[in-house]
Amino acid sequence: MAKRSFSIGGVHPHDNKISRQCSIEPMPVPPTVYISVAQHIGAPAVPVVKPGDKVKAGQVIAEPGGFVSAFIHSSVSGTVKSVGPRKDLAGNNATTIEITVEGDEWLEGIDTSDTVITDIPDDNKAILDKIRQGGVVGLGGATFPTHVKLSPPPGSKCERLIINGCECEPYLTSDFRTLLEKGEQVVIGAAIIKQVLGDVPCTIGIEENKPEAIVHILDVIEKLEAISPKFSGIDVMPLKMRYPQGGEKQLIDAVMHRQVKSGGLPIHVGAVVQNVATALAVYDAVLKNKPIVDNSVTVTGHCFPHQANLLVRVGTPLSAIIDYLGGMPEDAVKVISGGPMMGRAVANLDAATLKGTSALLFLTAAETVRKPESACIRCGKCADACPMGLEPFLLNKLSRLGLTEELEANAAQDCIECGCCLYSCPANIPLLDVIRLGKADVMKAIRARAAAEKAAAEAAKNK
Amino acid sequence: MTSIIIWTIAVTTILGLVLAAVLFLVARSFRVEEDPRIDEVEAVMPGANCGGCGYAGCRAFADAAVKAPNLDNHFCPVGGNETMAKVAAILGFEVKEKAPEVAVVRCNGSCSVRPKVNDYGGFASCRVKATLYSGDTGCAFGCLGCGDCVEACPFGALSMDPETGLPVVDEEKCTACGNCVKTCPKALIELRPKGPRGMRVWVSCRNKDKGPAAKKACGAACIGCGICEKTCRHGAITVTDNLAYIDAAKCKLCRECIAMCPTGAIHESGFPKPLDREATKARILERQKKEREEAAAAAKAAEEAAAKAAAPKTTEDK
Amino acid sequence: MSNLLVSPSPHIHSKDSTQSLMLDVVIALLPAVVLSIVFYGWREAVVLGTSVAACVAFEYLITRYLLKRPSTIADMSAIVTGILLGMNLPFSTPWWVVIIGALIAIGVAKMTFGGLGQNPFNPALVGRVFLLVSFPTVMTTWMAPKSLFGVDAITGATPLSAVNEMLVTHPGTDIRTLTSGYSYSDLLFMNLGGSAGELCAAALLIGFIYLVCRKVIKPWITLSIFVTVALTSLIFWGINPARFTDPLFNLLSGGLILGACFMATDYVTSPMSVKGGIIFGVGIGFLTMMIRYFGSYPEGVSFAILIMNAFVPLINRWCKQKKFGRA
Repeated sequence: MAKRSFSIGGVHPHDNKISRQCSIEPMPVPPTVYISVAQHIGAPAVPVVKPGDKVKAGQVIAEPGGFVSAFIHSSVSGTVKSVGPRKDLAGNNATTIEITVEGDEWLEGIDTSDTVITDIPDDNKAILDKIRQGGVVGLGGATFPTHVKLSPPPGSKCERLIINGCECEPYLTSDFRTLLEKGEQVVIGAAIIKQVLGDVPCTIGIEENKPEAIVHILDVIEKLEAISPKFSGIDVMPLKMRYPQGGEKQLIDAVMHRQVKSGGLPIHVGAVVQNVATALAVYDAVLKNKPIVDNSVTVTGHCFPHQANLLVRVGTPLSAIIDYLGGMPEDAVKVISGGPMMGRAVANLDAATLKGTSALLFLTAAETVRKPESACIRCGKCADACPMGLEPFLLNKLSRLGLTEELEANAAQDCIECGCCLYSCPANIPLLDVIRLGKADVMKAIRARAAAEKAAAEAAKNK
Repeated sequence: MTSIIIWTIAVTTILGLVLAAVLFLVARSFRVEEDPRIDEVEAVMPGANCGGCGYAGCRAFADAAVKAPNLDNHFCPVGGNETMAKVAAILGFEVKEKAPEVAVVRCNGSCSVRPKVNDYGGFASCRVKATLYSGDTGCAFGCLGCGDCVEACPFGALSMDPETGLPVVDEEKCTACGNCVKTCPKALIELRPKGPRGMRVWVSCRNKDKGPAAKKACGAACIGCGICEKTCRHGAITVTDNLAYIDAAKCKLCRECIAMCPTGAIHESGFPKPLDREATKARILERQKKEREEAAAAAKAAEEAAAKAAAPKTTEDK
Repeated sequence: MSNLLVSPSPHIHSKDSTQSLMLDVVIALLPAVVLSIVFYGWREAVVLGTSVAACVAFEYLITRYLLKRPSTIADMSAIVTGILLGMNLPFSTPWWVVIIGALIAIGVAKMTFGGLGQNPFNPALVGRVFLLVSFPTVMTTWMAPKSLFGVDAITGATPLSAVNEMLVTHPGTDIRTLTSGYSYSDLLFMNLGGSAGELCAAALLIGFIYLVCRKVIKPWITLSIFVTVALTSLIFWGINPARFTDPLFNLLSGGLILGACFMATDYVTSPMSVKGGIIFGVGIGFLTMMIRYFGSYPEGVSFAILIMNAFVPLINRWCKQKKFGRA
């Protein structure tokens, strides 16, 4: 049977999962951690500790700074050394809490054992509160606070929960290893989310290049179903290998054959998508009282001598991870936080990991340096590759001319910045770089228009 | 043969006349009534369509100016006072004279003083770079060097100096339209009054990091030490967030701040004579020493006076 | 440690480059080129060689000395134009005519519009059509292949021009008396007279299949041309087989296969979307048949492609891909 996939575009980069055999190993706690208060989309958290305070692992050190915001917990036990600006991995200043590590003492009530708990409480409100208290954010890349996503706006109804186990980005293997090693926890986490959403059916989407994970999760589901009816209604859907399958809109298209409208949210077509790592974090937060204090990070690259999937405390400096694994490879020119298609290049290795850091990837000049741009030969490969059905060659031109209205008419705002266009362009035109600028202009215009409309509506009301 | 020629001429003539009539009628029926003054105003505009006034082009400006109740919010930076006087004459408004302005670049972190810690490998655009990271150097506030401002300038007044890696403003060509100001993602370019005979002084830095961090990132950064603030006798300089700013309206162009600045972050332009830094510095230090002594003496005197004033009081109490 | 490189995502790139795509086209043309040299001998090699060399030289000279830009010959597109132009000429073409063709193709059809990617018309075809109208005798003097390296100037006619001539000189003759002289296997494997591009349909089809398998081109334009040509000729042939040639003859004769596989599928001058490509192909197929049946020229593929090239911007505007989440 033909495996499912999304309907438009996509590319097939070599998956390069060279660290797939490396099981997740905990990295020793570094002497100092630097925990940023801006680890999620939305308002940064507000620090509630001051220099000199003693903290334990799992203790809240920053509280949400708004509705769309999240708790930040200390990932270690020790003394707060400073609270202030520190350069993040892009080199920009971000408020960071520096903690000197002393021992490894956890806050009481946190279960750090490996015992699998299968008792899901019935009180959904209490579950949501625990997810919020646990500082759980979407770990698939967007780091959107999970409790907000699990509280659908009034009038919309969730029909299916999709757990994203695609890991379509080349090189990354942390989700794959999590599925293999903590499959039970992930499925229980999925069952918790499913219950909160009103006992909807749940699909775990896994790309077919991970057959072991597919088999293992099917096994786990069968075992859990025997324990409690709460685990029924969860299935696994093998998907064709294709990037960007793990994009939220693409995954919904692949699993449910529904397309989220331009400017719409997944919930508008009845879908909620959560990442594998998020499901695990939900399990930890709800059943083990354990907030997000560590996450698994794939450290990989052909030039990197020690492939690894490390369990790293949040706030560990990147340089400490690199030193732990034998130092910076000679021929690496670029370090990427995340995958090679959508990850961010690291400008500052002294920066620390965040909750959403999924990988550290080392690339050599031959692998990553862009070739000089040449003339567009109008081959249309970018348009074929675009999973949103856009015309990158056209958007590139319009964006360079600064024609914002035309850009909007050609749906520049729908761009998901997956990078397929730039990846496939034989003329090495920096399509996505330029389109991002145009998209930013369009978004600005749309926001300005919405604000003006709102103001006009209010003015009309006041009259 | 002749008849063919006659026929041809006749047919073409009639066809021409008929089409001319059609064109005439169409032009009349679709004519848009416009205030004729819009054309008049447009005629005196510079015609650069740079958008410096805030409108899409010169015609849009003319249209807005004709409809406006006064010219307070309308100013063509390119044409300046001269053009605005003409516009005001057409529309019967009064116009306030505005001091001519010029763009200044507030970064002097040239390649030699700002060590590179990263290389850039994407589309050469400051805007792209700014969304990605803080820049190739340790300074997160400085010039990114891709020349978006050069591209944005409709008058060719900006160019990148290959030696310093920083943009240079050609004062002759700059019309203060403000396009570069809007373009720079680091907000490094400011429109400042040209000053008397083009003389002006400004802080050529935007680094808000604390002193040591700023200094580490760039040898020419403003470190927020506040010496200039203390030196200035006109209250023109304020330091906020570890960064000094000179209020052009209060600046008396004495250049004492330039002499005192430890990093050379304060720049000058248009002065006929070069500043003798050492001599000025010595003079200022002398003055400050004297002031300190005077202040100390005054304080002592005040103290004594207070003591004296207090002394009789206590005796009175007794 | 050296400075870290920072750039926007994506950080990896597919192996495709303009150069590699053009190289694939050259490889796809090789079977036909080799075969034509084997059949026509050294004079064919001279025509092809001159054409390629002249195209590359003109591109180099124009970019370097006229436009004062870095040379773009490394992208190999001039080589492809050169081969295609050469394959469109009879092997008896004098060298200076070939050079004029190359000048028109590169100098006029390509570089005046701004070089690769900007030209609205297929350069090789513009060169060919220019030569066709300027040097009609040279361009229509075909010689039948005789044996390996042993070709003599035996003036022959291509099957299509023979049919056309017959209809002009003897209106009302039953053309079946003529076409029955050509067997389909002859047409498919070794044509009887014509340019290199008209010689061996099978060699060209092998190249086409290679390009499709390598995902260099999509097959839709080519297939829609074939289908349209077949259907149009089927209708006319069905009405009057004595006046109109049959579908298989039309598919296999002339430059149809070269045009449909290699010229109509040129990236720059064809629509990008599948839908647009099919409209484009149908247009070419129909126009080709109209010119073949009713035009004064025996062959219509070049004209049909050039005419449809002019419609590409419009087709691109009309046939946009369906966008995600926008009904």
